[in-house]
Amino acid sequence: MALFLQNLVNALQWGSFYALIALGYSMVYSILMLFNFAHGDIFMVGAYIGVGVAFVLIAMASQGALALPPWAILILTILFAMILTSFVGMLVERIGYRPLRAAPRASAAITGLMIGIILETGNLALLGARRIRFPSLIDTTVYEVGGVFITNTKIIIVVVALLLATAMHLFVRKTKWGLAMRAMAFDYVAVPLMGVSVNAIAALTFALGSALAAAAGILYALAYPVLDPYMGILFGWKAFVAAILGGRGSVMGATLAGFLLGFIEIFAAMIFPSSLRDLIAYSIVLLILIVRPHGFFGEPYSARLRL
Amino acid sequence: MKLKALIPVTMVVAAMFALATSVSAQTIKIGLNIPLTGDIPKVGEGSKFAAEMWLSDVNGAGGLEAGKKKHKVELVIEDNESKAESAVKAATKLITEDEVLVIVGPQSSKQAVPAGGVSQDRATPMISPWSTNPNTTKDRPYVFRAPFLDPFQGPVLANFITNEFKFTKAAVLYDQASDYPKGLAEFFKGAWEKLHGKGSVVAYESFTTKDTDFSSQLTNIRNSGAQVLFTPQYYNEVALIVQQSRQLGLKSPIVGSDSWGSAETVELCGKDCHGAFFSSHYAAAGATGATKAFIDRYNKTHGYVPDDVAALTWDSLRIVATAINATGGLTGDIKKDRANVAKAMAGIKKFAGITGNMTFTPEGDPIKCAVIVRISDKGQFEFYKSVCP
Repeated sequence: MALFLQNLVNALQWGSFYALIALGYSMVYSILMLFNFAHGDIFMVGAYIGVGVAFVLIAMASQGALALPPWAILILTILFAMILTSFVGMLVERIGYRPLRAAPRASAAITGLMIGIILETGNLALLGARRIRFPSLIDTTVYEVGGVFITNTKIIIVVVALLLATAMHLFVRKTKWGLAMRAMAFDYVAVPLMGVSVNAIAALTFALGSALAAAAGILYALAYPVLDPYMGILFGWKAFVAAILGGRGSVMGATLAGFLLGFIEIFAAMIFPSSLRDLIAYSIVLLILIVRPHGFFGEPYSARLRL
Repeated sequence: MKLKALIPVTMVVAAMFALATSVSAQTIKIGLNIPLTGDIPKVGEGSKFAAEMWLSDVNGAGGLEAGKKKHKVELVIEDNESKAESAVKAATKLITEDEVLVIVGPQSSKQAVPAGGVSQDRATPMISPWSTNPNTTKDRPYVFRAPFLDPFQGPVLANFITNEFKFTKAAVLYDQASDYPKGLAEFFKGAWEKLHGKGSVVAYESFTTKDTDFSSQLTNIRNSGAQVLFTPQYYNEVALIVQQSRQLGLKSPIVGSDSWGSAETVELCGKDCHGAFFSSHYAAAGATGATKAFIDRYNKTHGYVPDDVAALTWDSLRIVATAINATGGLTGDIKKDRANVAKAMAGIKKFAGITGNMTFTPEGDPIKCAVIVRISDKGQFEFYKSVCP
């Protein structure tokens, strides 16, 4: 039982990153019908921006210019990094995708791959190949509850991920901007004729998705404090799987599918030999997709989308 | 585009190439096939710095002596991005385009095993300073190495843990997609089971390169009742594995292999790694003689204590120099010279390196002592014990 609960905790943490990244994928895909393959690299950029912000804040705090407790520095780091990374996302959209909006879909997908490579190698050129250690903003404390080991970072990660996913859900459901996004996902042609600016919605979608990716990046760096320029590639692919598994146009779907993917990976390694983890995990995902080709919460394209 | 304008440009370029090749007939070119980017850039950096130090010594003394003539030496450095396919590409380029006489590197077995195949096929001597997997030099008369081998390192660690802690149950966590950790994990398992019987490796868990979350595997290891965790990984993974172990309540000692011996290990891992043990080629703290001179000089120029890989690169280049000395002169025919150097290198029976005294087997592998290093409470690599074959 303790083994099961321990892995449940492990999976909740691991799924949090997939959930946050899958959200960004899912929104861009639903609204602009675009595979943003650079999204995993936005996650990487977010983590690196987080390092920069954290260093500045820590330096200010140590010089007495900013009297803040560590948790406040963490919250500020996440907020600033989200804001800065959302600008990176908007820039990517402006440079990489807007000029190609009328181009064939394949060209836009390839753009994503190229922007991804540019972000990776740009980082490599800027900071070098050296691994960067994320500064420890809060001291990790380990709690033991009935044979299950939980750390304060694990709790922070899962809580922040759930809060952000809920906020995103509410934004899309309850605000006027959210309404415009949902409308755009529903009909890409008619909605602009109603006076909704495609450019504004596209920029907003990229900004929100990138902000979530940045949050994922910093949370990730809290738990796995070794950063390198290529850390986003594999993550991006797997989160993309989660986005599709959740179903097109579903915020809740992407979140749940992200967590589900985390669970499948962790429990595959628990039950089967760990050497077969990804083989088994992604065979299961494939089976799910065969049974539900539109994902868990997605519907065929003709039906109404519930973003 | 005016094609006519290109003609003089092409001619100039062609003339430059011709000039370059005619000059290179006088100099000795040594290729370095090292990971300057990718997963373990610190390894590439250490190799490069050590090689540059050696180069300035040699050229400062007027060049490398072969026969009665002194030849200037030129290093051709290729980045293999710490990838097997790039290492093959780099080796091929060094041999065919740059026409180097000898290749030093690749460093890790993942790249050295396939790149060794290229060198063997193209009859170019290669020496790997750091690769400990037996397959690198196996049945390859043109391929040599400077470190001890994993079939030696595995039992050394198994014996050390048994004698030091009196443990009988061990767990292993390794990267199944990389030659070095996979091979060493198997050798360790074999040696451990020989000592403690079948099933004494109570957890044998793996992951795949680039994975960062090991929580599931480490939970299995914790529940297996293992008394010690052996993980033969590179420095970037070591930090994550050790930190996650502690966060999952795994309190047993953690033991590593020579891949831990990087200046980055403690920097990335922090105090979680203090008190861990690993096997290595040399221990920087407490070194004497030529080893100390090398460490001090490196530290003075680059501001940190050199890794074992830097020391081994230094030794490898000196082995190469010894072999070139022993050829009795270069003919100018690169194919003939390569064969002569390989023959001379195979003829070296004993060598006093800064990583210890070596005697070479007919396979081209050195027999030398291993050092058990303890990471001190200040994060320094402390000499703990020496284990000889």
